[in-house]
Amino acid sequence: MTRVLAWAIFLFGVFYFVLPLFGMTEFSLRMRRGVYSLDAYRVVLADPQFQATFAYSTVMALLTIVIGVLIVVPTAYWVRLYLPRLRPVVEFITLLPLVIPPIVIVFGYIRLYNTSSWLPMTGSSTGTNLLLLCGYATLALPYMYRAVDTGLRTIDVRTLTEAAQSLGAGWFTIMSRVILPNVLVAVLSGAFLTFAIVIGEFVMAALLNRPAFGPYLQLMGANKAYEPAALAVIAFAITWACMGLIALVTRLQKFTPAPR
Amino acid sequence: MAFLDISGLSKHFGPNLVVRDFDLGIEKGEFVTFLGPSGCGKTTVLRMVAGFETPSAGAIRIDGRDVTALRPSQRKIGMVFQAYALFPNLTVAENVAFGMKVAGASRADIAARVGEMLGLIRLSDLGGRYPFQLSGGQQQRGALAPALAIRPQVLLLDEPLSALDAKIRVSLRQEIRAIQRELGITTIFVTHDQEEALSISDRIVVMNGGVAEQAGAPFEIYNRPATRFVASFVGTLNLIDARVLDAAVGRVSAGGQELTLGRPLPAAAGASVALALRPEAVTLGSRPGQDVLLRGTVAAAEFLGSVVRLRTRVGDQSLSLDTFNNAAVPPPLPGETVEIGFASSDVLLLAD
Repeated sequence: MTRVLAWAIFLFGVFYFVLPLFGMTEFSLRMRRGVYSLDAYRVVLADPQFQATFAYSTVMALLTIVIGVLIVVPTAYWVRLYLPRLRPVVEFITLLPLVIPPIVIVFGYIRLYNTSSWLPMTGSSTGTNLLLLCGYATLALPYMYRAVDTGLRTIDVRTLTEAAQSLGAGWFTIMSRVILPNVLVAVLSGAFLTFAIVIGEFVMAALLNRPAFGPYLQLMGANKAYEPAALAVIAFAITWACMGLIALVTRLQKFTPAPR
Repeated sequence: MAFLDISGLSKHFGPNLVVRDFDLGIEKGEFVTFLGPSGCGKTTVLRMVAGFETPSAGAIRIDGRDVTALRPSQRKIGMVFQAYALFPNLTVAENVAFGMKVAGASRADIAARVGEMLGLIRLSDLGGRYPFQLSGGQQQRGALAPALAIRPQVLLLDEPLSALDAKIRVSLRQEIRAIQRELGITTIFVTHDQEEALSISDRIVVMNGGVAEQAGAPFEIYNRPATRFVASFVGTLNLIDARVLDAAVGRVSAGGQELTLGRPLPAAAGASVALALRPEAVTLGSRPGQDVLLRGTVAAAEFLGSVVRLRTRVGDQSLSLDTFNNAAVPPPLPGETVEIGFASSDVLLLAD
């Protein structure tokens, strides 16, 4: 009886998640009357605006990852090694972006850095891009920090640091040749999460008026019929590809005994 | 001045004084062991020599150069840690090469040194493996090679064997000693295992409460312990409370019986003194060369194989003694009355 119930709940879950996906995918294939076709995808992929916004968001995502790694890895390492008592504080700070809505952050930015402020960053597109980048890095912070901190927990940070020091290594060598390679899987999983977040982000990009993928998705959704469904499927595939890559990288790492 | 000279070293952690006024000179090529219970400050001294802790007072000189203010990476000191400290992301050979790469050595030099070091630790065939593919013993042997590859002035070993099982521990400690002799490298070894310390050291420094209680060759430490702590920490020891009857000739009373030590005692008649005796210095019955004979009863007999350890009672005192196993003579039974002999010259008088 419990088995039947378990299966029933499982099937309900599957339908709950899969049915809309299926419906959306099916709808995206019906652009041509009467037959299934990939017309909607063809239109979307050929749209120069799609290419431009997707490229823009990809570059922004990669830059966000670089900034995130540069901020988070040394911080998490330092906290773990020298300031273990500050860990709860740092953890709390990294959680703030989950509590404070992006719209608050972006309004804060606009107030602080508008064209009549002491640092008019919104006055130029480079400045606004930088602002957006900072916003993205903030949004990704909880995921990146947690991933890296978990990675650091699996290695003996202190002993590895001291061993490297006694072999003559300075801080840069220790970070780049010892710590980073040993938490690479964690950093990469944080990176893929960051990528997925940045690609789909709407609020910040829209309010800062940058040509990102999120606002483009919204624009399409408001004005077209079949293309938004195709776009959603594409975005969904990208997210899942990121998840798959996390698993793959974890498996491919050659210096750990078994896939974790 | 000695090759490695530690003078007046002290270390506070907050209000705790963990190392107090530590002085030691180590000659080039010497193998010195810091021995003591956990919390005695031995690892802290080692970490100060390595540069991982900053001394509160005192100085460390290597080959005449003051290194006290230098960073660990500038000291040219090789260190092997308790936990296997091979970098998990590098193969054994890459681990060995790490220090030389950091120092900017040429590719040919690195390859030659790596080959030499892998041969030395007998892992030549396993150079391409990652640490997780090695056994615990191999990993710890492997951890020796990177430390040696940088041709350090001093090698520091921080309880490198404590995570291994007993058999590997014994064979690896012999190997470490052989390699150390071959390279003639000045070495400090930290352990809480007295057998380990006795078996591989040129000199042992017994530490307790942040202070070096005694420094000397293993033979000296074991046979002529300077303090009660050293005597009780190194090896097994019988401690007998005795009352002085005649200080001039060393006549004392213990367990209701009188014995004469044949030397003057630094205590007045009527004072109590602690006599110490190694179990192996005590025999059943009297042997030639022994001049003291006590009467006691067997409390327990512990059969350890080649050795039988007897616990006997002499009046209100307890006395352990070791005899070799003899297939023809079964060990005495509890309750049996026995004669216990030893030489008065084997009795130690300990300062507290």
